[in-house]
Amino acid sequence: MATLGSALFEARNLTMKFGGLVAVNNFSLRLEGGELMGLIGPNGAGKTTIFNMITGNLVPTSGNVIWQGEDITGLPPHKITAKGIARTFQNIRLFADMTVLENVMVSFHYKIKASFWHAMLGLNKYRREEERIRERSINLLREVGLAHLAGEKAGALAYGQQRRLEIARALATSPKLLLLDEPAAGMNPQETMELADFVRKIRDSFNLTIFLIEHDMKFVMGLCEWIKVLDYGNTIAEGTPEEIQNNPEVIKAYLGEPKYATG
Amino acid sequence: MTKTRRNLILNCASLVVLFGILWLFQEYGTEYQIRILNNIAVFITLAVSYNLVNGICGQLHLGPNAFITIGAYTSALLTMSPTEKQMSFIIKPLIWPLSVIQVPFWISLIMAGTVATVFAFFISFPVFRVRGDYLAIVTLGFGEVVRVLCNALQSVTNGPLGLKGLKPYTNLWWSWSIAIFTIIVIQRLINSSWGRAMKAIRENEIAAQAMGVDPFKHLMMAFLISAFFSGVAGGLLAHLITTISPTLFTFFLTFNLLIIIVVGGLGSTTGAVIGATLFAWGGEALRVVESPMDIGPIHIPGIPGMRMVLFSVILMVVIIFARRGITGRNEFSWDWLLGKLSFGSR
Repeated sequence: MATLGSALFEARNLTMKFGGLVAVNNFSLRLEGGELMGLIGPNGAGKTTIFNMITGNLVPTSGNVIWQGEDITGLPPHKITAKGIARTFQNIRLFADMTVLENVMVSFHYKIKASFWHAMLGLNKYRREEERIRERSINLLREVGLAHLAGEKAGALAYGQQRRLEIARALATSPKLLLLDEPAAGMNPQETMELADFVRKIRDSFNLTIFLIEHDMKFVMGLCEWIKVLDYGNTIAEGTPEEIQNNPEVIKAYLGEPKYATG
Repeated sequence: MTKTRRNLILNCASLVVLFGILWLFQEYGTEYQIRILNNIAVFITLAVSYNLVNGICGQLHLGPNAFITIGAYTSALLTMSPTEKQMSFIIKPLIWPLSVIQVPFWISLIMAGTVATVFAFFISFPVFRVRGDYLAIVTLGFGEVVRVLCNALQSVTNGPLGLKGLKPYTNLWWSWSIAIFTIIVIQRLINSSWGRAMKAIRENEIAAQAMGVDPFKHLMMAFLISAFFSGVAGGLLAHLITTISPTLFTFFLTFNLLIIIVVGGLGSTTGAVIGATLFAWGGEALRVVESPMDIGPIHIPGIPGMRMVLFSVILMVVIIFARRGITGRNEFSWDWLLGKLSFGSR
């Protein structure tokens, strides 16, 4: 195999077939680090499938996922998280019956240094670590503006707060690459605008590379520096927001052929 | 006085009170009462450990009877004397080295738990490849396999004849100390970072895994710990009943445990304790309804089996009015109790 290159993250010719259906065809992506990359496309274009291949929820039919020069294709999701790739979900997947604080604390678990026996014997090594996890979780909640709700059940939060909590929880795994799956879904214009500022803010303060899927064009165009467009599993365009907005292929994918549209 | 300090003192005080009550029963109680108290303690151990897999990890595990059986046989075979074993195994002689080993009761209990854990380790690989209904079927199947093996492996289990004449080692001190030890260990686990990860798996496995939690590792951990305590409780049961046979720990036992933790409150240790107590004590208390009664002019002859009817009705009422069980997922805490008390006195 050729040298793996120096990029932070690389997806090489990812293809996913479900039986006879090609959900994603030859998707490639290269992230150097620090980007704000967007992925758009009509419903069923294969966007979430790409996320699932990157995070290990799906094993691609062919192609490779390269992380900091290492081939991580087909690793289980928890190992990929440990490498530094975190994600949020399109349909919110919080631990609804646990408190907001506990939701964040779970994300620190995989890094715990004390052993299980330390915890069972109540040794100081474990207690101190638990205390530190609690502190860092509260700090993180403060950062996303949910600290005052730390004791509430996650399922009881308002929709926008649940979305923020999902991001906070992902940040707690200390990722270098954050994948956001439709973070603005179901938000009103005001909330969407706040979210864009928030995403920009965490990108800078946590030194993140962000790759996001979104349907809200205003949000994507205003936030992302580079956009890829997917239709029926194929990458049909990529470029800056301005280029994408004027790309005839993209317009066709979203609105259909002019002759039918004006018919 | 800090809260932790206060709780520690209250915990110790209530333990002293509990063991005081047990001592009174030991000295002045009837054999029947002592038997019920022993049953309660064993069922607490079983329910609390079973709840770890079903209530905390949220996996419908239907095979605790397998681990109870394994524990019961292990412990029984280890405490019987070589001569007793020679006399019991009349169809096929017991294999060496089991035929010559005899160890004290407490070692046999530890071995009972250990052997159950070893079995749990091997079975956990097929079990946790699947989820939901399929997991229930695999564990259910394992319970049946163990039962059939107990019948078939005559040179180890004495087949359908079972093991008889075990020494009644299990007394109130053993059964209650182990019940309390189980509660402490399981509670520690649940409230630790590992317990949080287990709950996260219950709430949403995909998200838990995306947050770096290895589901297999944590489910297996819960499964093994649960199997250990089930095995120990099996050893206690064997030396409480003093006779064990393959038909003793069937799926019916698992079913009862499931009722206990669901009625008590799935996912709550307090609930499991309350459920086990109600089940072991209530089942006996309801015997009254089976005796002949005179209500005014109406004479009711004793109807055998009536208590099971009443028991079912009570279960239905609990589930209708408290859909998440008696305690839900809440746990007992001194803060809660003192809060209630001070509210009452105001």
